[in-house]
Amino acid sequence: MAFITANWNPLGDAFYRKTELYEMFWSLRDGLRDSLVAAAPYGGPIALLSSPLRCSPSTRPQLEIYSASGVSITSFPWKSGPVVHLGWSVSDELLCVQEDGTVLIYDLFGSFKRHFSMGQEVVHSQVLEAKVFHSPYGTGIAIVTGSSRFTLATNIDDLKLRRLPEVPGLQGKPSCWVVLTQDRQTKVLVSCGPELYVLDNTSCTAVYPPGLSPQAGSIVHMAVSFSYKYLALFTDTGHLWTGFSNLQERHGEVDTKHTATPKQMVWCRRPRSQQPSVVLMWDRLLLVVGACSDTIQFPMEDQSVLVGELDGVRIIGSISQELLQEVPLVCQDIFKIASMAPGALLLEAHREYEKSSQKADEYLREIKEQNVLGDAVQQCVEAAAHEHDPETQKALMRAASFGKCFLTEFSPDQFVTTCRELRVLNAVRESSVGMPLTHTQFKQMTLQVLIDRLVYRQFYPLAIEICRYLKIPDYQGVSRVLKHWASCKVQQKDLTDEAIARAVCAKVGDSPGVSYSDIAARAYECGRTELAIKLLDFEARSGEQVPLLLKMKRSQLALSKAVESGDTDLVYTVVTYLKNEMNRGDFFMTLRNQPVALSLYRQFCKLQEPQTLKDLYNQDDDHQELGNFYVSASYREKRLEGRLAQLQSAVDEYNKAKNDFSAKATEDEMRLLRFQRKLDDEKGAGLLGLSLQATMEALMSLGLHKQSEQLYRDFRVPDKRYWWLKLKSLAEKEQWEELEKFSKSKKSPIGYLAFVEVCMKNNNRYEAKKYVSKVTPEQKVKAHLAVGDLEGAADAAIERRNDLEMGAVLSRCSASDVLLMDKLNRARASAAKNGDLVPVSNSDLGSDPGVYYLRGRVGAEPGSADRTEDGPPRGSAAKSEVCIRNSLVGAPAQ
Amino acid sequence: MAHSARRDSPELPDFSLLKRLVRDQLIYLLEQLPGKKDLFIDSDLMSPLDRIANVSTLKQHEVDKLYKVEYKPIISISDQLCFLIRPRIPTVKWICDVVNADKAAEKYRRYKIIFTPQKFYACEAVLEEQGIFGDVTTDEWAFYLLPLDDDVISLELPEFFRDNFLAGDQRWVRTAGSALHLLHSLFGPFSKIFGIGHCSKMTYESWREQVEEGEQKARQAEIGNVFLIDRDVDYVTPLCSQVVYEGLVDDIFRIKCGCVEFGPDVTSSDRSIKVMLNSQDKVFNEIRNEHFSNVFGFLSQKARNLQTAYDKRRGMDIQQMKTFVSEELKGLKQEHRLLSLHISASESIMKKKTKQDFQELLKTEHCLLEGFEIRECISFIEEHINRQVSMIESLRLLCLLSVTENGLLPKDFRSLKAQYLQSYGAEHLLTFSNLRQLGLLVEQQPGETLTVMESKVGKLVNDRTAGKLTDAFSSLAKKSNFRALSRKLNLVPKSDEEYDLRIPRDMAYIFSGAYIPLSCKLIEQVLERDGWTGLEEVTRLINGHEFAVTGGGSADLKPKSDAQRIILVMFLGGCTFSEISALRFLGKERGYTFIVVTTAITNSSRLLEALLDNRV
Repeated sequence: MAFITANWNPLGDAFYRKTELYEMFWSLRDGLRDSLVAAAPYGGPIALLSSPLRCSPSTRPQLEIYSASGVSITSFPWKSGPVVHLGWSVSDELLCVQEDGTVLIYDLFGSFKRHFSMGQEVVHSQVLEAKVFHSPYGTGIAIVTGSSRFTLATNIDDLKLRRLPEVPGLQGKPSCWVVLTQDRQTKVLVSCGPELYVLDNTSCTAVYPPGLSPQAGSIVHMAVSFSYKYLALFTDTGHLWTGFSNLQERHGEVDTKHTATPKQMVWCRRPRSQQPSVVLMWDRLLLVVGACSDTIQFPMEDQSVLVGELDGVRIIGSISQELLQEVPLVCQDIFKIASMAPGALLLEAHREYEKSSQKADEYLREIKEQNVLGDAVQQCVEAAAHEHDPETQKALMRAASFGKCFLTEFSPDQFVTTCRELRVLNAVRESSVGMPLTHTQFKQMTLQVLIDRLVYRQFYPLAIEICRYLKIPDYQGVSRVLKHWASCKVQQKDLTDEAIARAVCAKVGDSPGVSYSDIAARAYECGRTELAIKLLDFEARSGEQVPLLLKMKRSQLALSKAVESGDTDLVYTVVTYLKNEMNRGDFFMTLRNQPVALSLYRQFCKLQEPQTLKDLYNQDDDHQELGNFYVSASYREKRLEGRLAQLQSAVDEYNKAKNDFSAKATEDEMRLLRFQRKLDDEKGAGLLGLSLQATMEALMSLGLHKQSEQLYRDFRVPDKRYWWLKLKSLAEKEQWEELEKFSKSKKSPIGYLAFVEVCMKNNNRYEAKKYVSKVTPEQKVKAHLAVGDLEGAADAAIERRNDLEMGAVLSRCSASDVLLMDKLNRARASAAKNGDLVPVSNSDLGSDPGVYYLRGRVGAEPGSADRTEDGPPRGSAAKSEVCIRNSLVGAPAQ
Repeated sequence: MAHSARRDSPELPDFSLLKRLVRDQLIYLLEQLPGKKDLFIDSDLMSPLDRIANVSTLKQHEVDKLYKVEYKPIISISDQLCFLIRPRIPTVKWICDVVNADKAAEKYRRYKIIFTPQKFYACEAVLEEQGIFGDVTTDEWAFYLLPLDDDVISLELPEFFRDNFLAGDQRWVRTAGSALHLLHSLFGPFSKIFGIGHCSKMTYESWREQVEEGEQKARQAEIGNVFLIDRDVDYVTPLCSQVVYEGLVDDIFRIKCGCVEFGPDVTSSDRSIKVMLNSQDKVFNEIRNEHFSNVFGFLSQKARNLQTAYDKRRGMDIQQMKTFVSEELKGLKQEHRLLSLHISASESIMKKKTKQDFQELLKTEHCLLEGFEIRECISFIEEHINRQVSMIESLRLLCLLSVTENGLLPKDFRSLKAQYLQSYGAEHLLTFSNLRQLGLLVEQQPGETLTVMESKVGKLVNDRTAGKLTDAFSSLAKKSNFRALSRKLNLVPKSDEEYDLRIPRDMAYIFSGAYIPLSCKLIEQVLERDGWTGLEEVTRLINGHEFAVTGGGSADLKPKSDAQRIILVMFLGGCTFSEISALRFLGKERGYTFIVVTTAITNSSRLLEALLDNRV
């Protein structure tokens, strides 16, 4: 493979090589002469504008865009004003700077995207020169105007124009200038006659390149490296000064012996360069100048354009395109003639092996003896990455693979990765694609960006292939490509909505991470609303559909989708939107069909806008809710009149709702309020707002029995409740005589056990005993027990021959009541003998009366579950059992 | 754990991780506002916060003073204010007032609102409307889950019940979904998810969506199955009086955030004591799930054991004594203290319950559950109102009557309601309206007494017709169909047998053997059948959006023995301690381990209080 070094040219310690990348596809009528040319780095597209300044309307110049291999992408006549400069943004947009300072932005396919102006004053003074530059902030533009002023925009996507200070003594066009990005600042270095100035936002400082000999003359050309780190200055005496762009240090100064100003001057270096150099181009000559004052000369037959890259210079001519770069060290090691580097030996070994020669073993042995087989493999792999020719790549990779066989613990990762990456690189270098990326550029650019660029150029199948081949997770890979494809697809004007929707759905399916709503949004932007709606139907997450639907003014649909999504925040957003967009009637009607949204809105209104709530109910003729609304509103009224008015409204609504119960209850409430007010006024009783029961209670405790009596009659209070109330009230006030009178006023509807208990509760055993005799037989035992009369209880129980009751009484007996216990036991025994005891279902009784009540279910009869509510009443047994238990409840806990 | 694996209930996952996570996030959020600041906390966040980070932790992160949100002008002098609140409009409005007042007084401070567990658009809208959106910074503290105990996790969102079921406001559904998602990402992947109820379904969907959005990490599942259940599937259970110890303590003393305050009547001193009730408390751990009638027995046994342990001292030599003092004595003393506390608590319960004719109350409840002697039950309820025993209790009985009977007869409905209104005020018209909306207290529609007929007809006519018939019926009103459900699922055990509460034979023991809670029975049945097959009739009666989904975890289809038997039950709208006890019992019987996640712990009083329309 001796010929590999054939195109190597020594420069200092390093070598430079010029590799042909493409035979250009294009056939240009006038070559590149008289054309404005802009070629983007990283193998980007090329834009050509022939005779830009000839602006007679009859011969419109043609703007052409090509891929790096010269395949035409688009071409259209330039109809706007004269163009001064063309450039590409980092996202592959074409920037056309016009003479009047307008910058027009086109995409790769020549469709106009937007435009902006570099300032009003430029319109008069005209742009003399412009430069497009890239910085960490994005793509910037700098111009110098007819009035010799510089204007700068560091990021065209976030346009902030900065007018730089005046340069002293500058008239017309400066002889040369460059844009520098340093210390997070963008500056302009400008040469004006013999002087050199740095312009920043506020100041204009004269600078002197260190070590530039005074006789060198004035600077007529300058170039800054890809990384803005290095600067080259060319003087009118043919001297080339190189150094750091901060002008602190000089690298070297070379006399090129050419005094003519070069047409282009570009830095040619790679990361970790051995011998950085500057490439100068004149009409017929290409000169590579290194720091060591060595030069390489190439004759030029053709008009060409130099494109500075991260690791070299591309030379684009009308016939072919070449890459000039420093030969990477590892390639040098392997291919240098008579190299004894491990990689070189391995390559040789493998070559011999292919020939089935035993020399292979010798070479291999030699490598192994030095213990550098690992290094050899690694060198071959690295070198392969830097080679452009697939055959050379293969030879190196095979050698590496061969060497790898003799290694035991060697990670194959690098080998595998490089193999894969090379295949991808070879695929995109293919001239039909036309992205002549080197491996270094690819690494810098990252795979993600490569795929993006492929997508941007609409190489969807290739992009998908690459994603699949490199096994990129769908989410970042295939799905993303599909999303872009679909967004592009929806713009195809020649297809029907139906066809596009079907095509999109068929391809995208339910790939993860592809959002149909995004695609739909794109369709809507292109004015295809119907298509957008069709596409939205495929969106699984209803929440995602909502914003777009709102934008498309499909608010009803948006609301139902929001509700479907279950995200109340979303529903609320739509509701607020609708509230502002629609008239009230329509708004309410819309809500009515969406109960979820309606309840949400109601909740909101309850807190924020009670009146709206009323309107909502009104709209629905929901009289019941309206009634409730007025009732609750009545409690917010401070004044009685207001309160009554609200309640009256409630009554009306309840009547309309045919809810006569609520109407009646509300009317009663109004009556009560009026009554309370009257009494409050008369007696200062403080009744207002109390319930009926509480009012009566208060009246009784004030001794106003007549009035409470009146309420009892007026409001038809049930006897039972009234009796309970009066009983308690009298007992609490210890009006025992009154109580006795009351008990005799008629037959108590609540029985007399209540009297016994209430008296006991108020600690009056004497009074309690009075009522024991009046208690019904079933409750006798309990009544006796309540007043603590064990003997009475025992007698009553024996009389009733109730075993349970007797047991209960027994359990209350203490040891001193021997006689009583005896009596009871005897009674029980005899009763048991006679067999006329009231049967008891639950046998285990009385051992621990305190917790007894909690144990076990109250006995029920078998088959009771089948019984309806109106089934036959249960036997007296169950009843008596219950009342015994009641009696037990009174027993103190042990 | 409450049930130390009798058969082989698997071990519980460690949920303390949840606490650590939220604690770290809170600290991070506080650090976002560097320098000294005053912290305002929503009052109902106080206790949950206390379980996460104590005052000294807050102070470490430069919290100067702590205030409770009280809807009053503030008196803080700090120039940085931090508000830790639930996303509620009134609170946000109050903050707006505070900020605007400062503005008027030309006082400049920095404000930060931390919404927990999430913020709502509506809250931000209020900030915007009041013109202070730019003056405050907002953040979210993802405090979704508070582990109350080893097997109980609460969202501490009592308003979930009212908002979701009464107001139809589904804002919390996503919160529940997020909580589930959190558990899934920490302890999943779940292999099966069952659920019943509309809200459960929505929660499931919200969770599903979040799972799909996020990345999935393959990990060993710690929780196998999930059961979601809406509170409105079963209203009967929370309406019943609780008789297991923990439930009783909650009914009487109100357990707040796993902590109860025993008043002077229990402590027999003049101060009240706060006690944490969880499995750390050894005494409590043994009696919490017991029927109250057994508690005294347990406690006295415990006392005897304690005495024996103390007695060991006798006959010890010096060395033994030394180890005894250093190792055992402290534990014994602690136990002693707890024991005496629980004994006095039990006594206090006893006193209260005997006073109120608790026996008769229980009898009425049991009759209602069984469905006979309804007339007598109604008179009991009437008397209950007449005697003005308790506003909430009466309401509870009314609801229980309505739910079990599918509504009240028009005559009873009116008279009972009228009595109630006269007793407790006309504002309860609104309460009744709420109860009606939830189907808790309704009037029997004419023709609706056919419910019993319906199922008989269903057997005669083919199933489809019956389905239509039921659809027609259920469209009339929300019906509980309790009676039919009870028959289908055998919720009320045969009553002719003696029920020994010392050795419970089924979950009915938590209601003295009278009733197996519907919610827990459903869970039991679904787990047994591994789905809803065979329960079609039941779900139709519940009218309940049931679902059973095999989880997204494509990784392992083989049931991993242990995780499969760990079941997370999520109650949407709250659950009672009785239900938790029932599930613990079920777990012990069947070798499951249940983890209960609930929006809040509830009981009959909390349930009904949430439905009162308090005058604003």
